[in-house]
Amino acid sequence: MYSSITKKVLMALPGLFLVTFLCVHLGINLMLLKNDGGRAFSEAATFMGTNPVIKVAEIVLFAGFLLHIAFGLIVSGQNRSARPVAYARSNSSDTSFFSKYMFHTGIIVFIFLALHFCDFYFIKIGLVAPPTGIAVHDFYSRTLLLFSTPWYSLFYIVSFIVLGIHLNHAIQSAFQTLGWNHSKYTDAVKVIGSVYSVAIAAGFSIVPIYVLFFLN
Amino acid sequence: MNFTLKIWRQKNVTAKGEMVSYDVSGISPDSSFFEMLDTLNQKLITTDGDPVAFDHDCREGICGTCSLYINGRPHGPVKGVTTCQLHMRAFKDGDTIFIEPWRAKAFPVVRDLVVDRSALDKIIQAGGYVSVNTGGVPDANTIPVPKEKSDAAFDAATCIGCGACVAACSNAAAMLFIGAKVSHLALLPQGRVEAAKRVQNMVACMDELGFGNCSNTYACESDCPKGISVTNIARMNREFLGAKLFSEKEKVIKESL
Repeated sequence: MYSSITKKVLMALPGLFLVTFLCVHLGINLMLLKNDGGRAFSEAATFMGTNPVIKVAEIVLFAGFLLHIAFGLIVSGQNRSARPVAYARSNSSDTSFFSKYMFHTGIIVFIFLALHFCDFYFIKIGLVAPPTGIAVHDFYSRTLLLFSTPWYSLFYIVSFIVLGIHLNHAIQSAFQTLGWNHSKYTDAVKVIGSVYSVAIAAGFSIVPIYVLFFLN
Repeated sequence: MNFTLKIWRQKNVTAKGEMVSYDVSGISPDSSFFEMLDTLNQKLITTDGDPVAFDHDCREGICGTCSLYINGRPHGPVKGVTTCQLHMRAFKDGDTIFIEPWRAKAFPVVRDLVVDRSALDKIIQAGGYVSVNTGGVPDANTIPVPKEKSDAAFDAATCIGCGACVAACSNAAAMLFIGAKVSHLALLPQGRVEAAKRVQNMVACMDELGFGNCSNTYACESDCPKGISVTNIARMNREFLGAKLFSEKEKVIKESL
C-alpha cells in the first residue's frame, strides 16, 4: 500500500486539477448572465461537448474526481482509526475551524456532484430522459427550469458555500503536501487560495440568484 | 486558589478508564501544575486513595517527558511551554480543569495519565541518526555549513520529542515530529549522505505504527512547546518525494560473478 505522503499527493494533485477545472466551468456558467436567450451559453456547451481535446480532458477530469475521492476516503478512514479513544474535552488548539471538517464538506460536495450528474451529465449521455419539452442538448432551458425551483437554487448555493469552505483550506493544504512551501510565497498562496474560494462560491451562486430574481 | 479537577483514571493498559472528579484547595498561584498535582496526590495518599500517575522528569521544560492534555490542549493553555513550566496563575480561581493522557492508537495508556511513547523511539531507530564514526575533533570549516541551513537545522533540532504534536493533531499524526527530525539531519552535510534512505524509512515506520495522516490543520505547530514550524513538514514532503522519484539505487553485485 502507498505511504501516507504518497496517498496525500495522490489526493492533492487531482485536487489542484479540479480547482482549475472549476474556473473553466464558472466561465461557461457566467455566460448565462448574458442577455441573449442563452446563445453564448449553448455555444460554449456545444464546444465543451464536441471538441476532441475537451473530450480527453473530460476523461482526465473523471479520473481526477475518482482519485481525489478514493484517497480522501482512505486517508480519512485511517485518520479516524488513529485515535480510537476520543478526548473527553475536545481539542481547542488554535487552528482554522473548518480545516478539521474537510471530510464532511467533501461529502456534501459529493452529494451535490451526484445530483449534478443526474441533472445534466446522465441526460447528455442518454442515461436519463430529459424532462418533457426539453431537448437532450438544451442545457440552457434545463438550467432555467432547475433554478426556477427555489429549494433547488438554495441547495445549489449552500453546496457552493460548502465547496468554498473546502477550497479555502484545500489550496494551501495541497501546496504544503507537495512541499511547495517558502517564506517568499506561502503567505501569498494562502491569500490567493482564500480569494479564489470566495470567488468560486460567489461566482457559481450568482447564476441561480440572477435566474430567481432578475430573469422573470 | 481552589480547583475542580477531572482526571482520567485507568488501572493498566487493558483496564477501562474513566474521568474522576477531585477538589483541591489552598493552591498558590505561583505553584506549578505538577506541584498542584503533587498536593492532590499527597492528599490521596494520606486518605488511603490511589495517587494519580503522570510522567515528569526534569521539570525544567527540556526533557520532553511530561505529557498532560489540559483543557483540550497538550501542555495546557500557555503557548511555548511544557506542562512542567505551566503555573496555576494561568487558570482562574474555581476553574474546572480537564486532565487527560495523550490520545493516539500509537500511544497506549499505561496507567492514568502515563502513555507509552516508545513509538517515537522506533521512528528514530528507523533512521533518525547519522552513521559515521565521529573520530577526533575536526578543524573548524573543514565541512562548510551555510548559516541559513545551520539556523534552520538548529530550529528543527529543538524538538524534545514530547509528542504534543500527535496529541494536538485531529488525526493523531506524527508528521511534525518526523518533519523536525528529518529536517534537522537533512539540512546538514553530515546528515545529507543518508537523507534519501532516512526519510523513506522513517515515514514507512510511522505508517506501520498506526499514526494518522497530516491534514495540514497546523494544530501541531500551535501547541508545540518548542514552536517547531510546519515548514519542516513541507521539507520532509519534498525530501520524501525527491527520494521516491530521484534517489540512486544501490548497485547489487550478482553472486555468480
